[in-house]
Amino acid sequence: MAILQTAYIEEKFDTLQSSHPNVLLNEVRQKGFQTYQNVGIPSYKNEEWRYTPVSNLFKQSYSFSEKVSTINQASVDAFRLPDSATANELVFVNGLYNPLLSNIRSAANEMVIISMEEAANDIRFSDILKEHLGKSSLYLQDGIHALNTSFINGGVFVYVPKKVQVALPLYIYHIADTVQNPVLAQPRSLIYLAESAELKLVETYKTAGSSDSFTNEVMEVVVAGNAVFEYYKLQNDIAVANQVNTTHIRQIGKSYVHTVVVTLDGGMVRNNTNIIMETPGNEAHMYGLYLLKGNTHADNHTLVDNREPHCFSNELYKGVMDDATTGVFSGKIYVRPQAQKINAYQSNKNILLSEKASVNTKPQLEIFADDVKCSHGCTIGRLDEEALFYLRSRGIDAAQAKAMLLQAFANDVIEKIKIESLREHIETLIVNRLSVQIS
Amino acid sequence: MLSIQNIHAAIEGKEILKGINLDIQPGEVHAIMGPNGSGKSTLASVLAGREEYEVTEGSIEFLGKNMLELSPEERAREGLFLAFQYPVEIPGVSTTNFIKSALNEKRKYHGLEPLDAVAFLKLMKEKMQLVEIDKALLTRSVNEGFSGGEKKKNEIFQMAMLEPKLTILDETDSGLDIDALRIVASGVNKLRSKDNAIIVITHYQRLLDYLQPDFVHVLYKGRIVKSGTKELALTLEDQGYDYIKEEFGATTI
Ligand SMILES: Nc1ncnc2c1ncn2[C@@H]1O[C@H](COP(=O)(O)OP(=O)(O)OP(=O)(O)O)[C@@H](O)[C@H]1O
Ligand SMILES: [Mg+2]
Repeated sequence: MAILQTAYIEEKFDTLQSSHPNVLLNEVRQKGFQTYQNVGIPSYKNEEWRYTPVSNLFKQSYSFSEKVSTINQASVDAFRLPDSATANELVFVNGLYNPLLSNIRSAANEMVIISMEEAANDIRFSDILKEHLGKSSLYLQDGIHALNTSFINGGVFVYVPKKVQVALPLYIYHIADTVQNPVLAQPRSLIYLAESAELKLVETYKTAGSSDSFTNEVMEVVVAGNAVFEYYKLQNDIAVANQVNTTHIRQIGKSYVHTVVVTLDGGMVRNNTNIIMETPGNEAHMYGLYLLKGNTHADNHTLVDNREPHCFSNELYKGVMDDATTGVFSGKIYVRPQAQKINAYQSNKNILLSEKASVNTKPQLEIFADDVKCSHGCTIGRLDEEALFYLRSRGIDAAQAKAMLLQAFANDVIEKIKIESLREHIETLIVNRLSVQIS
Repeated sequence: MLSIQNIHAAIEGKEILKGINLDIQPGEVHAIMGPNGSGKSTLASVLAGREEYEVTEGSIEFLGKNMLELSPEERAREGLFLAFQYPVEIPGVSTTNFIKSALNEKRKYHGLEPLDAVAFLKLMKEKMQLVEIDKALLTRSVNEGFSGGEKKKNEIFQMAMLEPKLTILDETDSGLDIDALRIVASGVNKLRSKDNAIIVITHYQRLLDYLQPDFVHVLYKGRIVKSGTKELALTLEDQGYDYIKEEFGATTI
C-alpha cells in the first residue's frame, strides 16, 4: 500500500512492463505512461476538471490492483442485478477481470469474452486491438485516463460477431475489495460490435468493505455499421467509493447507440461519456440521472463529436441534489466543418433540494458547419411549490408529494432503460430512496 | 361548519385580507363576488392553508377544529376541497395515481382501509359519469396539456372522488363553454347534500342560476362589504360594482 506518487507509479509501471511481454500491449501502455508523465494529474486549473478535485484522491494510500482478493461467488451474490441468471455476468475484482467468478451464458459463436492479454495474442483479434485499443486517448489527454492506459492489465475484450443479436444482456460488476485496505482499481475493456451486431451492456460498481476505493475505468466501445449498442450504468456505491469512468463509444459505421447513466450514491464520481460519430448518418441517444444525497459529488462530462454529415444525437441529463451534494454537467457537442445536416439536441435540468447543495452546468457547443440544427438548454430550480401545494391540498402529505414530484422528474430518464427488470430495479431504488430521505 | 372571524392576512408584507367574517352552516351555498384583486382567491388560499399567506389576526374554526393549526393536507383530509382558479399542471404524475393516493390518504386519516384497485376503478367510473369527464384525460399526467375547460372539469371530478364537506369553487365557471358549464354545475348540484357546504367564487350570474346560492357576499379591498341573498347577485349583474366602490372605496385606503 502506498500513496500514488510518481516514483511509486513508475516502479509499478516498470514491473508490469517487464512481466507482461506482449509487444502490442506494452506499446499502448508505454504511450499512456508518457502522457501521464507529461501532463500529470489534473488540478482545478484544468478546465475539464474545474469542479471535480480529482487530485484529492491522490493524497492517500491504496493497494494497487494486483492484490489477491477474498471475493467469492457468495460475495458477488450480494451485488447481482435482477434476472442475473439470464444474463452474461462479467466480474472485475479490484479492476482485474475474474473469469472464475464470471458467468458467460451466451454461446461462443454469439459472443467472445476473453482477457485483453489473450486477445492481444489471438490472431483473430490482435488486429482489432491494434487498430482500436487506446483510441480514446486522443480525446482524453489527462493523467487520469493515461494512468489507466499505463496499467492495462487484466482487462477484457468482448467481441460480438456480425449479425449476432446477443439476446442476453451483459452485466459487468466492478467489485472493489477494501476489507483490508483502500484499493485503486483500474478496469479496462474493449467492446467490439461487428456489422449488424446488437448488444445490451450494464455496468455497476460495488465496494465490499468500508475503506475507500478509487475506480479509474476506461471502456472503449467500437460500433460498426448497422449495429445497435445499448449501454446502462448504475452507480449506487458507498460514500467512500470514488470513481472516474470513461465510456468512449466510436460509431465507425452508420449505427445506433443508446446510453443511460444513473448515479444514486457514491463519493466523488466522474463520468466521461463520449460518442464519436466517425461515419455519416449515426444516431445516438444519451440519458443521465443523478439523484444525490449526503456528500456525493457527481460529475457528468459528455461529448458528441459529429465528424461526418447527417448524424443525429439527443441528450437529456437530469439531476436532483439534496443535502451537501454537488452536481456537475458539462455537455460538449462538436460539429466538424464537413459535418453538415446535423441534428444535435441537449438538455440538462436540475433541482436543488437543500441550501447546501449545488450544481454547475455548462453546455459547450462548438459548431463549425453551417447547415445544422442544434439546441441546448439547462435549468436549475427548486421543487415546484405550486405543484407541491396542489398535491397537498388534496390530502397528500408534504413528504409524499415531494417524492411524487421527484419520481416524475426522474422518470423521464428512467423510462429510457429498455431492460425491463433493470428499469424496475432502479425505480425501486429511487422509490425507497425518496421515502427514506423524507422521513 | 366553518366560522371565519376577523381574518387578516398578508403576503410579502402586504395586507390583502383586512378583517373577514363569515359563518357557513352545513347544506348552505355561499357565493363570493367582488372586483378583480379584491382578495377572493387569497381567502380561498388562506382557507386551504397556503403557507405564503401569513394570517396576522383572527381565527378560523372548521368542524370544531382550529383550522389555522392544520397543514394543507390535514385540512383536505378533514373535508376541505379547493377547486383552483388556475389548476396546476404536474408533468409525470399520473392523474389516476394522484387521485388514488389522495383518496387513500384521506381514508387512512379517518381510520378506513385503502380502496383496492377494483373498488377504486368502480368509484372512478361512477364519478366520471357524474361530471362527464373523458376517460382519456385521467390516463394523462395531472392537468398536463389540458384545455382550460378540461382542467376545471378535472377539479370537479376530484371533488366528486374526494366527497368533501366544504368545497370552495374559485371561478370554476370561467373558461367553460355553455355545455361544460351546465355539466359542471349539474355535477356540483348532484354532489350537494344537507351535510356539505359550498363557497362559490364567481364573477358571473350563470353558475349561480344553476346553484341557487343561499347567500351572496361582496368582497372588496379585503373585506366583505355587503351580504345578501341571491338577489344581490342579480343587482350586481345589473349595476356592476361601481356603487359598491363609491360607497366603500374611500374608507378602506
Ligand atoms: N404572491 C403575491 N404577491 C403579491 N401580491 C399578491 C400575491 N398574491 C396576490 N396578491 C395580490 O393580492 C390581491 C388580491 O388577489 P386575489 O388573487 O386574492 O384577487 P381576486 O379577488 O381573486 O381577483 P380575481 O377576481 O382577479 O381572481 C391582488 O392585488 C394581488 O395582486
Ligand atoms: Mg381570484
